[in-house]
Amino acid sequence: MKLKQLSVFLENKPGRLRELCALLADNGINIITLSLADTEQFGILRLIIKEYERAKSLLEGKGFVAKLTDVIAVEVKDEPGGLSRILQIEQEAGISVEYMYAFTIKSGENAVLLFRFDDMDKALDALQASGMGVLHSLELYQRAES
Amino acid sequence: MNGFVVENRIWDQEECLPRNELTALQTARLKETVARVGKVPFYRDALGKAGVTADSIRSLDDLRRLPFTTKDDLRNYYPLGMLAVDRKEVARYHGSSGTTGKPTMVAYTKKDLEHWANLCARFLTGGGLRPEHSVQIAFGYGLFTGGFGLHYGVERVGASVIPVSAGNTPKQIMLMLDMQIDALVCTPSYALTLSEFIIQNDIPRSALNLKYAHFGGEPWTEDLRTRIEAEMGILCFNNYGLSEVIGPGVSGECAARNGMHISEDAFIVECINPETLEPVPPGEEGELVFTSLCKEAMPIIRYRTRDIASLNPEPCACGRTTVRMGRVTGRSDDMMIIKGVNVYPSQIEQALLRVDGTAPHYQIEIDRPDRRDIVTVKVELTEKSFSASMKEMQELRERIDHAIHGITGLRMNVELVSPNTLDRFVGKAQRVVDHRKKV
Repeated sequence: MKLKQLSVFLENKPGRLRELCALLADNGINIITLSLADTEQFGILRLIIKEYERAKSLLEGKGFVAKLTDVIAVEVKDEPGGLSRILQIEQEAGISVEYMYAFTIKSGENAVLLFRFDDMDKALDALQASGMGVLHSLELYQRAES
Repeated sequence: MNGFVVENRIWDQEECLPRNELTALQTARLKETVARVGKVPFYRDALGKAGVTADSIRSLDDLRRLPFTTKDDLRNYYPLGMLAVDRKEVARYHGSSGTTGKPTMVAYTKKDLEHWANLCARFLTGGGLRPEHSVQIAFGYGLFTGGFGLHYGVERVGASVIPVSAGNTPKQIMLMLDMQIDALVCTPSYALTLSEFIIQNDIPRSALNLKYAHFGGEPWTEDLRTRIEAEMGILCFNNYGLSEVIGPGVSGECAARNGMHISEDAFIVECINPETLEPVPPGEEGELVFTSLCKEAMPIIRYRTRDIASLNPEPCACGRTTVRMGRVTGRSDDMMIIKGVNVYPSQIEQALLRVDGTAPHYQIEIDRPDRRDIVTVKVELTEKSFSASMKEMQELRERIDHAIHGITGLRMNVELVSPNTLDRFVGKAQRVVDHRKKV
């Protein structure tokens, strides 16, 4: 139930992000969602992409460092308290969030939250035990496309 | 300027020997030195291979038949494999400046120490030191030859020493003011720090009694001299030396301040093309090579300093007959001097290799934006070392920083860059970009 995030190292140099996006666009690769963490020196771009393997080799061919990382996607109602509930479950299980980001599904009713926890297996167990809507990759891509 | 003028004064007559007498003295002393190094296995083997014996030395031309000595040779015989006397004859040890790795150890007999103090007394006298002066020594005291070398030179002249050692700038300035110090001994970059402190604290020039300074330990420029002289209102003199040869006292400027007089009764100097090893014509830059003529504990034959400078055999207005060397303008290897510490790119490489997952692709940029050396090490990431977690990436930077600090003793800015973005080299790598040279 974990899914793959494509993580890319970005130097803080003008044009680097645009170069990456253009490369994916030219190859017909759509980004479902992304998040960018940055420091003064460099950034880490986290991408959710259906064709992550192809995207990875395209990027590597252009000199980017890219890596696949496991994340967990949880679908919640797009309403107050959705995220708070998940964080409560994980806190009770003694798990911390390393980073997270979110997007809303086109239909507008639900939101998908993407998490990286310090203990991914334990986090998954805790979420599933609590009946949270953990998405597997196919479900996520369907949600994004519908 | 404070209007202080250094009058020409010569310490001893060996500085002014006619060339023919000097040549005869050098030849006789070279013969003695070759005989003395027969006790050192490295030289015994090298001389044997070259087929040279002390008796076969008839003129200075025979010098070229002798083998070179390199820093690596000294490292291979660490710590005391180059010793030419019994350990009980040794009065003091020093070590090469710099890093926390193994230093190159050097040794002095009691006679060597007296000889060394005399060499320092020469350039100090040439550069204004008089018995009535007090001298603040802000060189580090310790294994580094700078502190103790100058200390005994000043005492030899009969002047007084304030052995403050390096660092603690406010205390340096307090003593300089309270003790009404006449002269300063330090590195030119530390002089800049002292000058900056004086300016920032609005200390008026009239409160200082400082007249002149002797700088050594690192290469510097005429522009820097002009700047320090203007800021501090003093005269600045350049001197040169290296522990492997003896320490400070190999050469120093006289009142004419037009090149550093090499004590040729104590050393034979050569200036060679570092590629062909052939001598370069007078006035042209090349690598300086020194042979010691008077040292007992660790005589050295044709030591390749890797320092690039030129030699000027023309007579000097001061009356000394010795050849003068120009400023050191570079290195024939890749050694960097950062905050007075000797650093080689290979040490950065060694540090990176200790950090799991980093590639040995790196570039070193040195700058001196605010009078302090700032070093940035750019390191290429690999798929292995890259993590999507910011925390892990920061930890990677810290691990690299620690490894570099552990090996060089210096803090450097670590910058992570994408793979294949740094220059690749065919043959000799140019890993160092030194922006300081523009100063």
